[in-house]
Amino acid sequence: MTNNLSSALRPAIVMTGLFAVLLGVAYPLAMTGIGQAVFPSQANGSLVTENGKVIGSTVIGQAFTSERYFNTRPSAAGDGYSGLASSGSNLGPASQVLHDRVKEQVGRMQAAEPGKAIPADLVTTSGSGLDPDITPEAAFYQVDRIARVRRIEPEALRRLVAGTIEEPVLGFIGERHVNVFELNRRLDALGAKPVS
Amino acid sequence: MTFQGWLYIAVFVGILLALTRPMGLWLHALYEGRRTPLHVVLGPVERGFYKLAGVNPDEDQPWHRYAVHMLVFNAALLLQTYIVLRLQGVLPLNGPGYAGIGADGAFNTAVSFTTNTNWQWYSGEAAMSNLSQMLGLTIHNFLSAATGIALAFAFFRGFARRSTTGIGNFWADMTRVTLYLLLPICVVYTVYLIAAGVPQTLAASVDVATLEGVKQTLALGPVASQEAIKMLGTNGGGFFNANSAHPFENPSAVTNLIQMLSIFVIGTGLTWCFGKAVGNTRQGWAILAAMMAIFLVGVTVVYWQEAAGNPILHSLGVAGGNMEGKEVRFGIVASALFSVVTTAASCGAVNAMHDSFTALGGMIPLFNIQLGEVVIGGVGAGIYGFLLFAILAVFVAGLMVGRTPEYVGKKIESREVKLAVLAIAVLPLIILGGTAISSVLEVGLAGPLNKGPHGFSEILYGFTSAVGNNGSAFAGLTAGTPYYNGMLGVAMWLGRFFVIIPMLAIAGSLAAKKYTPATAGSFPTTGLLWTGLLIGIVLIVGGLTFLPSLALGPIADHLAMIRGQLF
Repeated sequence: MTNNLSSALRPAIVMTGLFAVLLGVAYPLAMTGIGQAVFPSQANGSLVTENGKVIGSTVIGQAFTSERYFNTRPSAAGDGYSGLASSGSNLGPASQVLHDRVKEQVGRMQAAEPGKAIPADLVTTSGSGLDPDITPEAAFYQVDRIARVRRIEPEALRRLVAGTIEEPVLGFIGERHVNVFELNRRLDALGAKPVS
Repeated sequence: MTFQGWLYIAVFVGILLALTRPMGLWLHALYEGRRTPLHVVLGPVERGFYKLAGVNPDEDQPWHRYAVHMLVFNAALLLQTYIVLRLQGVLPLNGPGYAGIGADGAFNTAVSFTTNTNWQWYSGEAAMSNLSQMLGLTIHNFLSAATGIALAFAFFRGFARRSTTGIGNFWADMTRVTLYLLLPICVVYTVYLIAAGVPQTLAASVDVATLEGVKQTLALGPVASQEAIKMLGTNGGGFFNANSAHPFENPSAVTNLIQMLSIFVIGTGLTWCFGKAVGNTRQGWAILAAMMAIFLVGVTVVYWQEAAGNPILHSLGVAGGNMEGKEVRFGIVASALFSVVTTAASCGAVNAMHDSFTALGGMIPLFNIQLGEVVIGGVGAGIYGFLLFAILAVFVAGLMVGRTPEYVGKKIESREVKLAVLAIAVLPLIILGGTAISSVLEVGLAGPLNKGPHGFSEILYGFTSAVGNNGSAFAGLTAGTPYYNGMLGVAMWLGRFFVIIPMLAIAGSLAAKKYTPATAGSFPTTGLLWTGLLIGIVLIVGGLTFLPSLALGPIADHLAMIRGQLF
């Protein structure tokens, strides 16, 4: 046994050092080099720039809470859509806190627009708190409100949503969804001014 | 549940089965130490490593030598990460200027990554510098996985070899698996992930001025290179707190499918490799059949429950499946499938928050880990764990027919059965013991976020995940306290190595035996009867112990949920 132990020391220490250099330094740095050279946009976070300013990432959700934009889902990441504190709510199915939170939001939505079926994703927090997407139902749900606030024909907005829906790959990989950042950029591009 | 959803599950299983034999063939080449096409490039690296480390790769080690060398190497790795994390504050590539990690936290994380658990008490984007992620964590994702596969090879040799003492060379197994299997796949995989939208940069963050005019700071880093090995090595430690739910780790439904496949592919390949090693690939398929049967039942339950949704939210006027804690791009089916994959294997990555699953939907991931993660399982750990159950299964069959049990040409005698029981008993002992202690101590009860039975489930899941070396969580548990860091750190270490040592002892004992050819009286270990017996043994021996704890947690939670009782 002592022979086993002493004979293990040198390989253990040397191998740790060698693999640390190979796997902990060389591998990630080489991958960074390749990524930056071949896919610079994705490697840096798929950022969208406008007038020299970074206005978002096509991959990451941002908070949309105002009436004039399609809203994103509630978020448990920091104060909402924090890019430094991704998180779900972690509330269990029979949680009083979850119940009260959903009840409060559903109440507000039903008071504003009575009688409309409420899409589940609009009143639940996502796993990351940075969900970039909503379901098509959740987008269509918001059309009437935005049409009113922006004085746009609801039909034009429905077409906008329909044209932004991403379908499952090959028809079954993934769910139909709408990227809210993309949708709202197209909404802004429609050019209508909000009601002052 | 939809047709589209079932099609998705069927295609996942189909691709996995199609990959089993090719992966098995590659693994078998490494198992035998054969030359591969990659040796042209990486052969000099391998030989250089042996030379500098003073290793003779042809030295055939007896089981105790294999075990000690493996342990000392893991101890050295543990120390290396502990030091990197403690010194984080003064090391480079620390853009946000994070301080060094505290002693209890660094201990917990070093154990966690060394044992292939990747339990994370911290939030990656708020605690770890890019250097810590690379040098402290990524390296373990490779080497803990390579250690697991090396151990599986050693165990296979116990069955395959005759009248000998050696079960292989740890350094050769570990180095070859790293260089010829994990690293090449990860290089290709990383490039794919970057192309698909996973960041790979040394920058720590970027500021965004959102359309609504708010500043949003996005954490960045060398994510893709860690993501690849995190999945392939069934590690599961996320770069970010939200793990594979985070859009930067898992940006699309396609990356999600590939991530799930990469969790399972080595594990299924190892079942084939085992069959090949013992001279009959049907032995491997029989094991895989038993694993897949348990897996598919689990998938069905989670998919059904999550699609059915939460009756409490239904009563508030929110129709449909349970979307709390799930991402829209994955939806119900890909979240349900991922949760079963990641806990059947000892991965522990998550693409949805298990804590917010319906009560029974969340019970299956928990139960999967309690079974010992032998349904495919962690790379290496899954197959050697399952073979321990196979030893018990032939023993039970032997008792029923009154003959000395045999398995793949080896007589299974009292020494092997005792050691197998010892290895299997470690799990319930520490999981239930740790949960019980934490459920009465104030420091333990301070952990759960949720009240009522769900809070108990959070503690139970924590210890289950730690001992099973899974690393996923009912993440409401606040685990970054000295109490939980210490308790769970020890639990992870015991859960890993107190299974491995008896397992290697069995390997040594089996290797020394001579070959016993199958006769008409031998119990066949390839057919349907055997697969059924295996499933029964896994469920009864592995699962039954935990039923009372499940009744106190998820089942009570479920009853409350359907009655509309809130906590």
